[in-house]
Amino acid sequence: MTVHSTSPQFKQNAARALNDVQLQKALGNVKQGFIDKRQMAADKLPEFEALRDSARDIKNHTLEHLDLYLESYEEKVKASGGHVHFARDAAEARDIILNICRETNARTVTKGKSMISEEIEINHHLEANGITPVETDLGEYIIQLRNELPSHIIAPAVHLNATQVEEDFRRVHTHLDAKRDLSEPVQLLTEARAVLRERFLAADVGITGANFLVAETGTSIIVTNEGNGDLTQILPKTHIVLASIEKLVPTLEDVSQLLRVLARSATGQELSVYTTFSTGPRRSTDADGPENYHVVILDNGRSSMLGTAFEEMLRCIRCGACMNHCPVYHAVGGHAYGWVYPGPMGAVLTPSLIGVDKAGHLPNASTFCGRCESVCPVRIPLPKLMRHWREREFERHLTPATVRSGLQLWGFFAKRPTLYRFATRAAMGALGFAGRQRGRFSWLPMAKGWTKYRDFPAPQGETFQQRWKRERKGARA
Amino acid sequence: MNATPSSARPEKPRVGLFVTCLVDLMRPSVGFAAVKLLEDAGCIVDVPIQTCCGQPAYNSGDRGTTRDLAMQVIEAFQGYDYVVAPSGSCAGMIKAHYPELFEEDPNWRAKADALAAKTHELTSFLVDVLGVTKVDASFDGAVTYHDSCSGLRELGVKTQPRRLLASVEGLTLVEMKDSDVCCGFGGTFAVKYSDISGAIVEAKTRNIDEAHAPTVLAGDLGCLMNMAGKLSRDGRPIQVRHVAEVLAGMTDEPPIGAAKANAIK
Repeated sequence: MTVHSTSPQFKQNAARALNDVQLQKALGNVKQGFIDKRQMAADKLPEFEALRDSARDIKNHTLEHLDLYLESYEEKVKASGGHVHFARDAAEARDIILNICRETNARTVTKGKSMISEEIEINHHLEANGITPVETDLGEYIIQLRNELPSHIIAPAVHLNATQVEEDFRRVHTHLDAKRDLSEPVQLLTEARAVLRERFLAADVGITGANFLVAETGTSIIVTNEGNGDLTQILPKTHIVLASIEKLVPTLEDVSQLLRVLARSATGQELSVYTTFSTGPRRSTDADGPENYHVVILDNGRSSMLGTAFEEMLRCIRCGACMNHCPVYHAVGGHAYGWVYPGPMGAVLTPSLIGVDKAGHLPNASTFCGRCESVCPVRIPLPKLMRHWREREFERHLTPATVRSGLQLWGFFAKRPTLYRFATRAAMGALGFAGRQRGRFSWLPMAKGWTKYRDFPAPQGETFQQRWKRERKGARA
Repeated sequence: MNATPSSARPEKPRVGLFVTCLVDLMRPSVGFAAVKLLEDAGCIVDVPIQTCCGQPAYNSGDRGTTRDLAMQVIEAFQGYDYVVAPSGSCAGMIKAHYPELFEEDPNWRAKADALAAKTHELTSFLVDVLGVTKVDASFDGAVTYHDSCSGLRELGVKTQPRRLLASVEGLTLVEMKDSDVCCGFGGTFAVKYSDISGAIVEAKTRNIDEAHAPTVLAGDLGCLMNMAGKLSRDGRPIQVRHVAEVLAGMTDEPPIGAAKANAIK
């Protein structure tokens, strides 16, 4: 399978992002809003930390018995009149979805927000087969117009400013009055709503993601703030739920616990505006709903994470708190990561899904500040898992040769304390002497990466161990 | 925290000072400030021969070298009542990560656990373990304090340095915006991803500048060198020091990255 990823060019992507004035302006919004709102929501709920423990435990329990819960879920969906399809990889998932669309002679498909649909690149596949996919989440709609990937897992268009959206709407919505006023964000929203309303009514199939799949009832659950997900799954004749295996949760009680940490961690809301439960197709007594209900459950490499250190990553409930709190994400935004999942969760998940040979930069591009782990609602030790990837890279000799040889040289001395003392004494003596006038270096050989952006403070000259020996040990002996 | 009950604590605890490689090589005065603080608090301080805690190898994925260096540190320091480091990052390495390195080796795991239990970051050792509430020092002016990530999130170092700084005569602490956000150092990250590191430290030094304090302090020399280097590159005349220097009243040496001739006493 070919995966369209620019993760191998992470450094170039990052450099471009850092020089993108529009992007940098948009990223300013991530830094403050999400963080403050989450903090306020957490502060208002005394049991928030205990709920995080409980959320972690629920997901761990589910992953330990995932086979059983998948089976139970499948049975319940079938019993409610729906269909479950298991897809080993993206290609299988695409084929399954295309076949369902063809069975219903679908011409247009509306879509609720789904990161899995980005992962399997379903839009391109549908288009290539004469079916028009229409994103209905406002952010997703905007980036579809721009032919971009989401740059954030819950705020796909967070990299854009309102003026850019206005330009896109004017470019695409040519049937509307060219002189209309779109200077206010609410006007953009109203316009998108009007345009999308027609698409909702015309759609033959609706595809949504799922935040949770409930094993005890066969229910799929989505949380949204726009209500677009409801219209996507209720109006068309066929509803396809597209989800990955780790979305399973045993019971509705478990879901209600996870929901309490999800929205708070994501947007600081107590609950998202809509939390929608779907179980099977429309029953005879239902006022509305789809005639056909399909669930496509994607593996795409996840089952091979089970039983490894990376199993913990499968607890992720996609709240986005890790990227909202990440200084690297704040600096470069989501597109620099080069694939579907950005930020710390992407830095761990992406190498699992597309290979560490392609995504090796991502787990390395972290200061290990630990802020992601400190806010993760299911307590995924993200820095530890990034470090695991670095270890795999080191074992497989994927670590750059310069880094390896530098480490080797340093390790040689660090493991020989006596030699180390002599060598460092000489080196610091020389460096201290050279830097004593200005107290810093604006350029040093082999330290270009450092001195490109900052001076290198000069050492004091004598090492601590040298001075200690002279002043204390000598005196005592 | 792992504060030892005072009844179990020896009257004059023997402390092995883990100087940290950066302090050893770059700024020994921080080590001597730590020694003074520990001795003032009644400790007997010793400095066994040492190199590095192994973090550069650990964070580069080289577990073998990390383990070798961890064993070296464990052997050098296991005989002390406590191990103290003027760094949250290195103390965090020993405390939070050494045990993980020996998951398959019960013998070394036990030794790593024992060392982890008695290892502390300097300010947290003074406050949480020894119960120090004030220091004998004075400093003229306002300072702002940067919370280094490992100390803050791995060891819970947040109030301890502030509490001690509050007892320094003449000093006022002005909080900067986002004092708990990373400075962009991240060890080898600063060199490997210098563009991103440069952007993060840019945001940090802007916040430092906007605090309008003439001095910035922190508890980790790596972060301090990063911030000092950026401040001087941008021509922002802010002095940068390790918190131990101020707490020990040992500010004769010029600030980090400042010239000797211009030393402000």
